[in-house]
Amino acid sequence: MAPVKTPPRKAPTEDRLRVVGTSLPKVDAVAKVTGRTKFADDLFLPRMLHCRMLRSTTPHAEIVSIDTQRAEEHPGVVAVLVGSDLPTPYGILPVSQDEHALCIDKVRFIGDPVAAVAAIDEETAFEACELIEVEYAPLDSVVDIADALDGDDPAIHSYGDAHNVHKAIALEFGDVETGLAEADLVQEDLLFYEGSTHLPMEQHAALADYRPDDRLTLWSSSQTPHYVHRALATVLEMAPSRIRVIATPNGGGFGGKSDPFNHEIVVAELSRRTGRPVKICLNREEVFYCHRGRHPTLMWIKTGFKQDGSITGMHFRSFLDGGAYGSYGVASTYYTGALQTVTYPVAAYKFEGLRVFTNKPPCGPKRGHGTPQPRFALEVHIDKAAEKLGLDPARMRLDHLVEPDSVTANYLKIGSMGLGACIEKVVAESGWNDRYGKLPEGKGLGLACGSYISGAGLPIYWNNMPHSGVQLKLDRGGGVTVFCGSTEIGQGSDSVLAYVVAEVLGIDPFEIDIVTADTSLTPVDLGSYSSRVTLMTGNAALQAAERARELLVRSVAEKWDMPGVRVAMADGQVFDVQDPDCTMTFAEAVVLAESKFGTIGTVGSYTPPRSPGRYRGAGVGPSPAYSYSATVAEVSVDVDTGETHVDDVWIAHDIGQAINPVVAIGQVEGSVYMGLGEALMEEMTYRGNRNIVHHHPSMLEYKSPTTHEMCRVHTYLIEDPDPNGPFGAKEVGQGPLLPIPPAIVNGVYDAVGARVDEVPVTPQKVLAALKRRAKQEEPREGPKKAPEFDWPDAIQVPPPWAGGDGRALDERREIGGGGVRT
Amino acid sequence: MMRLPQFRFQVPATVEEAIAQKREAPPDAAYVAGGTDLYPNMKRRHQEPSVVIALHAIDELRRIVRGADGVVSIGATATLTEVATHPDVQVGYPALAETMHLISTPILQNMGTIGGNVLLDTRCNYYDQNYEWRKSIDFCMKKDGEVCWVAPQSPRCWAVQSADSVPLLVAMGATVDLVGPDGERSIPIEGLYHDDGILYLSKQQDELLTRIHLPHPNGWRSSYRKVRRRGAFDFPVLGVGAWAELDADGVVQGARIVLGGVASSPVVVESAAQSLVGSSLSAEVIDEAAELAWKTGRPLDNTDFTLYWRKEMIRPTVRCALEDLASRR
Amino acid sequence: MAPSDNAIEAGANISLELRVNGELHAVSVPVHKTLLEVLREDIGLTGTKHGCELGECGTCTVLVDGQPVLSCLALPAVLEGHDVTTVEGLESADGLHPLQQTFVELGAAQCGYCTPGFVLAAKALLEKNSQPSRTEIETALGGNLCRCTGYLKIYEAVELAAARMRGEPAEPTREMLYGAG
Repeated sequence: MAPVKTPPRKAPTEDRLRVVGTSLPKVDAVAKVTGRTKFADDLFLPRMLHCRMLRSTTPHAEIVSIDTQRAEEHPGVVAVLVGSDLPTPYGILPVSQDEHALCIDKVRFIGDPVAAVAAIDEETAFEACELIEVEYAPLDSVVDIADALDGDDPAIHSYGDAHNVHKAIALEFGDVETGLAEADLVQEDLLFYEGSTHLPMEQHAALADYRPDDRLTLWSSSQTPHYVHRALATVLEMAPSRIRVIATPNGGGFGGKSDPFNHEIVVAELSRRTGRPVKICLNREEVFYCHRGRHPTLMWIKTGFKQDGSITGMHFRSFLDGGAYGSYGVASTYYTGALQTVTYPVAAYKFEGLRVFTNKPPCGPKRGHGTPQPRFALEVHIDKAAEKLGLDPARMRLDHLVEPDSVTANYLKIGSMGLGACIEKVVAESGWNDRYGKLPEGKGLGLACGSYISGAGLPIYWNNMPHSGVQLKLDRGGGVTVFCGSTEIGQGSDSVLAYVVAEVLGIDPFEIDIVTADTSLTPVDLGSYSSRVTLMTGNAALQAAERARELLVRSVAEKWDMPGVRVAMADGQVFDVQDPDCTMTFAEAVVLAESKFGTIGTVGSYTPPRSPGRYRGAGVGPSPAYSYSATVAEVSVDVDTGETHVDDVWIAHDIGQAINPVVAIGQVEGSVYMGLGEALMEEMTYRGNRNIVHHHPSMLEYKSPTTHEMCRVHTYLIEDPDPNGPFGAKEVGQGPLLPIPPAIVNGVYDAVGARVDEVPVTPQKVLAALKRRAKQEEPREGPKKAPEFDWPDAIQVPPPWAGGDGRALDERREIGGGGVRT
Repeated sequence: MMRLPQFRFQVPATVEEAIAQKREAPPDAAYVAGGTDLYPNMKRRHQEPSVVIALHAIDELRRIVRGADGVVSIGATATLTEVATHPDVQVGYPALAETMHLISTPILQNMGTIGGNVLLDTRCNYYDQNYEWRKSIDFCMKKDGEVCWVAPQSPRCWAVQSADSVPLLVAMGATVDLVGPDGERSIPIEGLYHDDGILYLSKQQDELLTRIHLPHPNGWRSSYRKVRRRGAFDFPVLGVGAWAELDADGVVQGARIVLGGVASSPVVVESAAQSLVGSSLSAEVIDEAAELAWKTGRPLDNTDFTLYWRKEMIRPTVRCALEDLASRR
Repeated sequence: MAPSDNAIEAGANISLELRVNGELHAVSVPVHKTLLEVLREDIGLTGTKHGCELGECGTCTVLVDGQPVLSCLALPAVLEGHDVTTVEGLESADGLHPLQQTFVELGAAQCGYCTPGFVLAAKALLEKNSQPSRTEIETALGGNLCRCTGYLKIYEAVELAAARMRGEPAEPTREMLYGAG
């Protein structure tokens, strides 16, 4: 078979970088297009059993009894588990250890698992689940945010900051009231962002294989094998050293495979009990019940603007519907208040946020984790303020940009900041200045911006160890193997490792072997979440590769009797920069190094810089670098039906440095797609009147845009290298989603003069707003009222320009580094 | 993985054999052609036939035939793709060919059959769900339960007619052949449907739908408009089939307007059709017909979108269908 | 399964010779097993993926006699004598199929899970239409969902492969690889 054709790379003399910055194929692309990639459900082991889980059919109830006898006696059934078999709780955040692999005393949503069966095949396991009798004592259930806050229903959990309130936060950075008082315009808005789910095309699957010598291997479609490893050790009460977790390539993640999941623990325990491999592949309905998706979020925002558009003070409140368990929810809640300050300077900022428990599948991190909702609110809010101030929305933003290398009111350290270049690019390319506000009825342009972290500054559990580690093995044949705990979910993380190492060692990335996401073989990387992988594994790989390069250079320099600075490496060759005819192959250099130093292996690791924030809650928001995006969306709205179609999106993304531009563009386009779905049609909703059952847990009725709904996308990568990124790289996997929903909503307003303060912008909402307009009423559709809540006193943190040092005024409330992270 | 329940599988070679096998089989036996409606339903345990009688081997059932008089009849197991791409259908019945392409997806069109679409099970948000989901609402009247959750006080099931071909074929005045143990009968396709979500067909259990006869292609025109969330996959939340005979001056001599997706059977809007007769298809005439159709259609909360919006869509969608009629040959 | 054969009882196995990617596979499987299940579990061709098993996503698409079909809703019992093509059947001794090659070059496979279905649906399109417009590609691929790419790199890959299959020396444009502007 002929080798795969790859585009030519830049010549060694053309540029400093030869691999980085070039649009190469991904290293796993051939496996993926030929069907060779083994996803979790593609694995089959001899003697393998199949698992099905019996799930609650009631949203909130005490479990009175579970009778599994008939299931156990069913032919073909090998083992049955119930909650009491796995009594130890777990959860992704140390502060929310509120899940059990199988419910013990009560169920908290329809789909909460109560029992599990291992049988010779899936059909037998399905039949056996039907034979398990569960008696429930129903409890009143909690439907939504308002229902949770009215205090009438029984508590879903026995912990939290108030009755059915998981977390309540109040932080104030400077005197917001004074800021508002100094404003020329005080704009106040109430907006809602509906919940949505990741809908990876691959349904979650896991395969466990326990051996009689007390060793367990779990293969799973997980974005975070390290956290699964920890949860398994805790719940199974096994030494971590006896557990090996291998994350198979994820068939899409988007945050939905970032928690340790009950089915992973269940198949591990079933394998331990039966001594046989046990596999589970969730059906699509069950994937909806895993969820951990976008929190439905109600937001109230009040901002003071000067006539020139500068912000004198901002007060932001968010109410998150968390579903039945904690998941990442505490972090999600902080994130809804964290990044309002990183785009336009906010002189004084107050954030109050809360997350309630409801009897629905748990919400968690979906692409943009907790930030698309407030970004939507802020960008629509600014669009309205610009109109009232008589300012062009693009100009207003351009005139007030956060400075690079600055610290925000809430102590986020900004490095490179390319938002201005992004705005200028999309304004120019979309013809904004000539077309905004001037298109015919039904056609509109909307502009919005966004920013996202390139990795969280703190790990999920407190420790002082690196966030990412890389080991490099050099073979005397010239082979290089990279070992890293990072997880390939389609974003190209395996490729990033190869490109970075290839760049440093001057070799072909397609000659590098990549071993990732295996807790026994690879050093810890925290996982594929928070847009951390390119920056963190990239830096770790860079360090490991530079250390390897140093060993090679020293060996070659000794051989050639010249200073090391004269030794260069490129295109699989090592050469003397002063005499390009003096060369040897990379493999010959490795032989020299191995002869001199012994077996060649190096390590690299990465720990993010410390953030200046020292108040409780300062752990969420800091990042080594922030990406920025600006978007103009052109929309068509049918005034007869209210249907909105997005025609074009111009998006510029400040990526620092693209490691691989074509892969980066793919991330931008995918983010636009997902933002488009959330803006127009995707909804994770429930029938409140019918037992809080999910509206439509199916591929057919959960409306993921098809080819027909996707818009044209014009992508511009803005490259302004960030000192903290490998070769200057920042994230691109999540940030480009953020400006899409507000740009579309602002475009709808430009098209038809209707304000929909809520996503998704469904045709019925647009039509409702248009009808109000026709009746000379306020042409708005959206939430009407924020619930009452007795907010705690805000932690007062003076901003840097008010003499603050990152600590709260009340020292007693300060906890070093902040108590909550990710 | 969602899997099929077990069933006995039979493959008759002729229509006669199929009828005989069905008569001998238990009452829950099911015919299958494309399988794109039955098999998902079986996987969700809506139907668990003990016997499945597959029709793929009966060649005559798949044929699309143009008679000497120019009239086309379509075998029930012709795939949607075969109907859409057949030259006689494309030339004589362009709206029907176009409608085939509006059903689900291009891939499904290669499997699903016209007969399967004509006989498509009625659909509902409370019914088209997995077994486990339905268990958590104590099931519904259509399968395993007592109550219609769309209208809990109602004695009947309100599952909704959801086949795209049906409003158009009813508007066109197609007829269907049904073959049973007692022989063959031909009925207007409109007579095939009952306004009941469970007993939505007048076809007897042992009868086999064999052919769909289209009217002579000359002297009339037809159109179909579909409302759905996405450009593929989705069933109609509203479908409008329209048919009209126009004289040389463009004056409507006869018309039919049929709504799909608003009731358990296709809804023939007599008043709207009558309002067209004697007039040309001007904007005002079309608006009036659309208004009359709007008054007739009463969607319930059983599909995607809110029922209020679906009701509001009747006017613009009927208007589009009639404008399309006006613009055709 | 031919019509003259006896009926297969519920739960009983049916012996079949399935021609997959040009090779005959003799299998004995329960008659209610779908083509998807038999390909993956009995023949070992796990390149065919699944996302719903109800015909609602297009992930499990394979070709039968060159036409894309949903393997989750197809019974092997009716496919004897037909040609089944899965993603594993696309590459040859000469290397990757042009569509596979362009998916590789343009990053049209991100997570790769929907990719086999897209590549096969696109192959069927290009066999009918060697120079499809963007709209024709959108329509032909309307039955395949992808959550990663937003479809755009897939369109470009199909167009590029189509050009090469027509014999044109087509290469990715700078905009495809490096962005607009």
